[in-house]
Amino acid sequence: MDTNLRREIIVDNAENPFHRGLANKDGYIKANTHNESCIDNIDLYVKFQDGKIIDAYFEGEACAITTSATSIMIRKIIGKTKEEAISLMREYYNMIEENSYDEAYLGELNAYSNIAKQPSRKKCATLPFQTLEKTIKISEIENIN
Amino acid sequence: MNRDDFLMLNNDYIYFDNGATTFKPNSVVNKVVDYYTKYTANSHRGDYDLSQKVDYLYEETRDKVKDFINASSSKEIIFTSGTTMSLNMIVFGFMKYYLQKGDEILITKAEHASNVLPWLELEKEIGIVVKYIPLKDLKVDLETVKNCITEKTKVISLAYITNVIGDIRPIKEIAKLIHENNGLIVVDGAQSVPHIKTNVIEDDIDFLAFSAHKMLGPTGTGVLYGKYIYLDKMKPIFYGGGMNSRFESTKEIEYKTLPLRLEAGTQNIAGVLGLSASIDYLNSIGMNKIHEHELELKNYLLEKLKSIDNITVYNKNTDSGIVVFNIDNIFSEDTSRYLNHYHIFVRAGNHCTKMVKDELGIKNTCRISFYLYNTKEEIDKLIEVLKNNKDLYEIIL
Repeated sequence: MDTNLRREIIVDNAENPFHRGLANKDGYIKANTHNESCIDNIDLYVKFQDGKIIDAYFEGEACAITTSATSIMIRKIIGKTKEEAISLMREYYNMIEENSYDEAYLGELNAYSNIAKQPSRKKCATLPFQTLEKTIKISEIENIN
Repeated sequence: MNRDDFLMLNNDYIYFDNGATTFKPNSVVNKVVDYYTKYTANSHRGDYDLSQKVDYLYEETRDKVKDFINASSSKEIIFTSGTTMSLNMIVFGFMKYYLQKGDEILITKAEHASNVLPWLELEKEIGIVVKYIPLKDLKVDLETVKNCITEKTKVISLAYITNVIGDIRPIKEIAKLIHENNGLIVVDGAQSVPHIKTNVIEDDIDFLAFSAHKMLGPTGTGVLYGKYIYLDKMKPIFYGGGMNSRFESTKEIEYKTLPLRLEAGTQNIAGVLGLSASIDYLNSIGMNKIHEHELELKNYLLEKLKSIDNITVYNKNTDSGIVVFNIDNIFSEDTSRYLNHYHIFVRAGNHCTKMVKDELGIKNTCRISFYLYNTKEEIDKLIEVLKNNKDLYEIIL
């Protein structure tokens, strides 16, 4: 991805994130992830129904990388089944770890394809998906589909 | 003050994170190296020349610390690993036995984790009650303190200067209030002892904790000061070599007197000797001069920052060399990464003061903390970079 486009995607999503702030949290599963080595702190709220993610929001304070990645992730997971969301996460992690991955499937998430060059930022870029994984696990444990 | 005294300043760095740690002058580094290359020996252990020399230098440092904070006796000076260890010794070696269930402790939400968590643990352990003095304009106000003190209040534990807001607390007056209530005052001096003149007698401080590395000295070394009557009642947290005078198989045990009773095991001798050199360095400049210099830098920075629209400063009205700010709508960590690109080092985050958000109304900030070697020219460079902050994302992304 071209550097300018990459930057534009990240800045747009950091400055005007999608689904930040949720007034009525009823029916949402909440998970938190904070970065122990820095100060990123994200609460993710996900609503599951019939095995699908039907809605998601986030709250919290984080750097531009974490905030934008959370915003893009939320946009992409709404409407997906849990399995689809997990495979999106796997592809994303493959990209972050510089393994082969499905570029087309990741769409705007390709903006983080060069994050491996800044190892200290990997945690920032993966924080939203770590949190998503937690909500999916909670939904399994609590048998919420 | 000569910037050539600091090898770290030969690098192209602008170091504004002195609240976290400070650079070391060559005299401190040399003192540590000399211990390891010219007179390595343990202290208080041997009768040979090297050991005697180390003993002399080690105890000479204790005397220097005593004079530096104006304590009554060198027996009131205990070497520790730093402020955190000192505060933990006060809480778990003294307060645990001095306090009773239901006794109240006053702190604030602006205290460093090391002056919060030990108290909260003791609360769980023995049932003391930790209460927060509300801040007024981010400061500790005497009237408010008066209103918080009840007949159950036994201790007030405060930083002399806070590490985020940077306000200087009226410790002398607060000490008077708590003493009138038959309580004690504990002072976290981590951010004050390196920057302003400390006088434990004049302020009537019962316990004081501070670290060497924030005052030009080595890491891993700190000081616990306590009035002799209280310190003598402190139970050691560590038992072993160096702190006992005899023990028998019959289990008769006798411990040493102060200060050695509270310094079990081989101490950080190199660190203590380095602290000695750092005190010499600070004394050669003068603590009042250091404080004046930092205030001048702070006022200079605040004046210059007025020319940049999108910067919010949170602590304009405090009298120390600490400035906390944010670029509007930019996360503090992104700002510090941006400044890092220009080799300007500031701290981003909550600065180990996770409750201050309740008072400041904001969780994360960038903190600039000055020291004696910082200059107006460095501030000019910072301002130039901050003025161009519209380029921030181009630099960090």
